[in-house]
Amino acid sequence: MAAAAEPVPATTANVLEVRDLSVQFRTPRGPVLALRKVSVDVPRGSIVGLVGESGSGKSTLALAVMRLMPANATISEGSLRFAGRDLLSLPASEMQRLRGDRISMVFQDPMTSLNPVRTIGMQMVDIQYRDRQMSQPDKRRKAAEMLRRVGIPDCERQLDRHPHQFSGGMRQRIAIAMGILEKPELLIADEPTTALDVTLEAQIVQLLRDLRGELNGSILFISHNLGIIAELCDYVVVLYAGEVVEQGPIEDIFHRPGHPYTRALLECDPARIEEVCRELPTISGDVPNLLRVPSGCVFAPRCSHAIDRCRNEHPADHQAGPGHFARCHLLQGASDG
Amino acid sequence: MSAPTSEAIVAITAEAAAPGLAAGLLRRLRSDPLGLLGLCLVLLVVFCALTAPWIEPYNPFKIRVPERFHAPSLVHIFGTDDLGRDVFSRVIAGSQIALGVSVSSIATALFLGLILGLCAGYGPRWLDNLLLLIFDSLYSFPTVMLGLTVVTLFGPSLETLMSVVITIQTPGYARLIRTATLATKNSEYILAIRALGSSSGRVLMIHILPNIIGPILIIASMDIPSVITLEAGLTYLGMGIPPPAASWGRILQEGFDSIRDAPWIVIAGGIPLIFTTLGFTFLGESLRDLLDPKLRRVV
Repeated sequence: MAAAAEPVPATTANVLEVRDLSVQFRTPRGPVLALRKVSVDVPRGSIVGLVGESGSGKSTLALAVMRLMPANATISEGSLRFAGRDLLSLPASEMQRLRGDRISMVFQDPMTSLNPVRTIGMQMVDIQYRDRQMSQPDKRRKAAEMLRRVGIPDCERQLDRHPHQFSGGMRQRIAIAMGILEKPELLIADEPTTALDVTLEAQIVQLLRDLRGELNGSILFISHNLGIIAELCDYVVVLYAGEVVEQGPIEDIFHRPGHPYTRALLECDPARIEEVCRELPTISGDVPNLLRVPSGCVFAPRCSHAIDRCRNEHPADHQAGPGHFARCHLLQGASDG
Repeated sequence: MSAPTSEAIVAITAEAAAPGLAAGLLRRLRSDPLGLLGLCLVLLVVFCALTAPWIEPYNPFKIRVPERFHAPSLVHIFGTDDLGRDVFSRVIAGSQIALGVSVSSIATALFLGLILGLCAGYGPRWLDNLLLLIFDSLYSFPTVMLGLTVVTLFGPSLETLMSVVITIQTPGYARLIRTATLATKNSEYILAIRALGSSSGRVLMIHILPNIIGPILIIASMDIPSVITLEAGLTYLGMGIPPPAASWGRILQEGFDSIRDAPWIVIAGGIPLIFTTLGFTFLGESLRDLLDPKLRRVV
């Protein structure tokens, strides 16, 4: 994001500030630039939605914030500030203390994200290892209380069961309970509803909304489903091929999308198709190969409005509304004039 | 034990194995007569080894020259040997040595293999490469050659025999554990556990280890018969446990000298060896099938 176009950053107001973050993967075919100069703010107490197709870098961003990226990935530039602290300069041990305590994460597939051989109670007591004052029974009670809050009935007894004895929806509730057990300031939810069916999805979204009021923490909610983002989030960040193409308040983006990609995404959402048509609208073409990033706008090859300038010149962020920015040449006239 | 198959078993079943293993085992054994037979044979040997001092009808070391080469009778069920010792008592005493040597050396090898394998699988890349090189060089050494060399250098004794077994078995276990650790450490729940702030040590000891240990214990139990055979073989060659120990290999060796006059000695020494080996093998195969239905023998 161009520095000039940025809203004035108020350090205390944002729990997470990602600035110009670039992440590179070493692959046998050459370096892949999975994220390029990504800037995202998560204001304290808000829910920020991160939306994008598969391969757009959503999970890479989440893992970069947790500093749990795979061994072949490196952060080539940029900064990550969490509650005013620079995460990238923290020693590994300090970072480990933050994880699960002040920043936490919930993963996509609840069927694979819980250790199969340990009981729920054991795993939830394990998470509280930092607290040396608290007794084992108290830790169990705290775990049970958290299970009750995420809507698991008969929570005391469930502590002694193994993950395979729960259904997918229950498992995701347990994973969320583990994530928020230590009342983190930031919860990163990486597509927590993608592996669930629609009914459960609605329940988990409702749960996150309820918890937000109780916990007073922020959530970075990653999804490819705009409908869910619209229901849950205050801000949206649209990621495309490793770049933020648009970001701003939810209402603004949904009613006045500035970037053609966002507009196309909104049109593709089956829930928003008003007229009866026989085919689902799609965005033609494919996400660009990140081994060779196009020199112009990343979306230009698929954009129906693309002009010559789009293919040659990388667009800057243009203001499309208060706090609403889109990276598109077509907006230049609108914001300047 | 063949390494590639075992590695496959561990990799495939690492996750599914641990809970409900004991219950599934009993259910499976009921429908598998061979496995049940194996279990009975193993239990028989274990029973003999544990209660040897009480069930031996005679002192296995007591020499009674006038009674030498008695054929099997009600007084001496398996007859007597060239020194007039009761062969049945010696066979019972031999079960103690067979199990003692094999179980303790396999357990030691497993413990060492566990530590080295976890380090190789979870540690930095260079450590993995270094340990793999060491495992492979040890692994490629011919068992009997190594055994004979060590025994020649240090003299035959129980300790020498056990250290040979440990040296041979450790790299195999370490490789298996390394493979299983690699498979497990890249699973999503390990990432999730790290995202909740677990340290590397906690991840390794309380999350990865319990997930991989089940199949490896079973593979180790399948190695017990080969160690018993190795012990008997080396002892038979005069390279194992020195006399007067009542090892099955020694009974065989001493009986071999008089095989024409007193064939019962060799038979009495060989049969428990065969039964024990078969017992552990049947049981182990049954357990392996329980762990991975895909590897069930089709023949």
